[in-house]
Amino acid sequence: MSSRIFNLIVISFSLMSFGLTSYAATPTEPLWPTLKVAYFGDKVIEEDANTLLVIEAPKRAEDAAIVPITVKSLVPQTADKYIKNIHIVIDNNPEPYSANFHLSPDLGLIDISTRMRVDQYTFVRAIAEMNDGSLHMVSRFVKASGGCSAPAGKDAAAALARLGKMQIRMRTPTVGEPVQAQVIISHPNYNGLQFDQASRRYIAAHYVKNINITYNDESLISVDTGISVSEDPSVRFTFIPKVKGTLKANVTDSQGQVFSEQKDI
Amino acid sequence: MKTLSNILGLLALIFLTTSCADENYSVTEVTNGIFYHQGIDEDATEQNIGAIANVGFIIGERCVAIIDSGGSYLEGTYLRREVKKHTDLPICYVINTHVHPDHILGNAAFKVDSPQFIGHEKLPAAIAARQEYFAKTFQEILGKAYTGTEFISPSLTVSVEKPIKIDLGNRILTLTAYSTSHTDNDLTVLDNITKTLWTGDLLFINRIPALDGSINGWLKTMQQLQTMDLNFVIPGHGKAGSDEWQQGLIDQIRYFTILRTGIRDIISNMGTIDEATETVGLQEANNWELFQQYHRRNITASFVELEWE
Repeated sequence: MSSRIFNLIVISFSLMSFGLTSYAATPTEPLWPTLKVAYFGDKVIEEDANTLLVIEAPKRAEDAAIVPITVKSLVPQTADKYIKNIHIVIDNNPEPYSANFHLSPDLGLIDISTRMRVDQYTFVRAIAEMNDGSLHMVSRFVKASGGCSAPAGKDAAAALARLGKMQIRMRTPTVGEPVQAQVIISHPNYNGLQFDQASRRYIAAHYVKNINITYNDESLISVDTGISVSEDPSVRFTFIPKVKGTLKANVTDSQGQVFSEQKDI
Repeated sequence: MKTLSNILGLLALIFLTTSCADENYSVTEVTNGIFYHQGIDEDATEQNIGAIANVGFIIGERCVAIIDSGGSYLEGTYLRREVKKHTDLPICYVINTHVHPDHILGNAAFKVDSPQFIGHEKLPAAIAARQEYFAKTFQEILGKAYTGTEFISPSLTVSVEKPIKIDLGNRILTLTAYSTSHTDNDLTVLDNITKTLWTGDLLFINRIPALDGSINGWLKTMQQLQTMDLNFVIPGHGKAGSDEWQQGLIDQIRYFTILRTGIRDIISNMGTIDEATETVGLQEANNWELFQQYHRRNITASFVELEWE
């Protein structure tokens, strides 16, 4: 695991320096072959796994700071065969490895959405890792936004003022039926790439690292998140509450702060 | 003979297209001593040199204030040339109404005048957070017009609820900073003697307004602007004058009110951003230039704000 993090750091730095030297908004060399080796080693990945997964993303990033991305599975989760992880990779972002959703077979079906920063023209990829270890990928190409939107937030003061505020939102749930829920946490998700002119320093990265969603203390979804995730991280998902209970979300950020929220069904 | 005239025609065409931005760049006098260049309702390109926003200047008895410097270094140099056509007085201030590239990328063209750069108190942070991204993106979009562009932060800033006055020589301008509206760093410039207001992008006329701040904040600010006693208004985009601005504010308020109502309904029903972009405000499509380019983005930006009400 630590060697993996080391790999991520090495590739992040090499990509940053690549970006600086070439100084082009859209890298001309496809990065995926390099990224694939960095994140998945020599494992085989089934490409265009369209019978297993669907990825939805707008064709054009309307707002570079907020790009909704949805991943759905076409095959139900069962105890014998289920998607254990979904890795999200955004090739041309400063840190391409963007999120890792750890998923429970109890979810019944996979329908998860989140919001990402998309810096430039890029492939957005979802790689499903099955419980048998096999890997299956779907991808979408997203065009960069035009005009004046930037990955920076719109109102840093407002975001900081409500830091840690959380919401769990749901349509009225019924025991035994699929219900859609959304967990949002207010957080500026500073990516460490923003320069503060007043102090002549980079603002330290300060972002949400993990969102752990449980039902009656059993994990449904645990997401490891990075700096590609938008300000005010959001996770939408569908699950089936089999009995009455408590849906709970615990959020940990890169400074070790912990926030939580819960809702009874 | 025919071939020769063809060649001459072709040469003329080449000459015209390469020099067209330069030859056609001119300013219009809105009222005594206040000039502006009306930006074109397009996205920035190399051909339009990023000259898509309204930019201009006010001439006092002592010196000149630039209000927004242009969407590229090249536009900044054209604007400076226009100043020199109308006065020999020095340029003492460059005021930026907010962080967007079409309003600030011409700043470096005025460095030679050693002016004081002025902006909202949050403008320096906003520039710092975006400049790397803007540099990469606009270098590619603007090509040659970008060459020479620098990001210059204000040395004098204006705080919210603490307007300041600057004097151009028997001409006092009032600079007012706003809480988050179009962006979190909007500034207006009022020329007191002619009652002329430069709104920056707090007002778009004809071109679809683009939200990069707060829908709730902007709606409040627009209502505040409606009550002002003004003779002339220069919007951030669209035609300047005395007649257009009140209707412009009404249109802009109507547009954002439709968005807010529709999005609130979708949020309270657990709907998604995608549902909102596909359904809300489509009846406004024919009322605005560039609707397809910015409407979905306005919905997205509003949605993530209204989720926290």
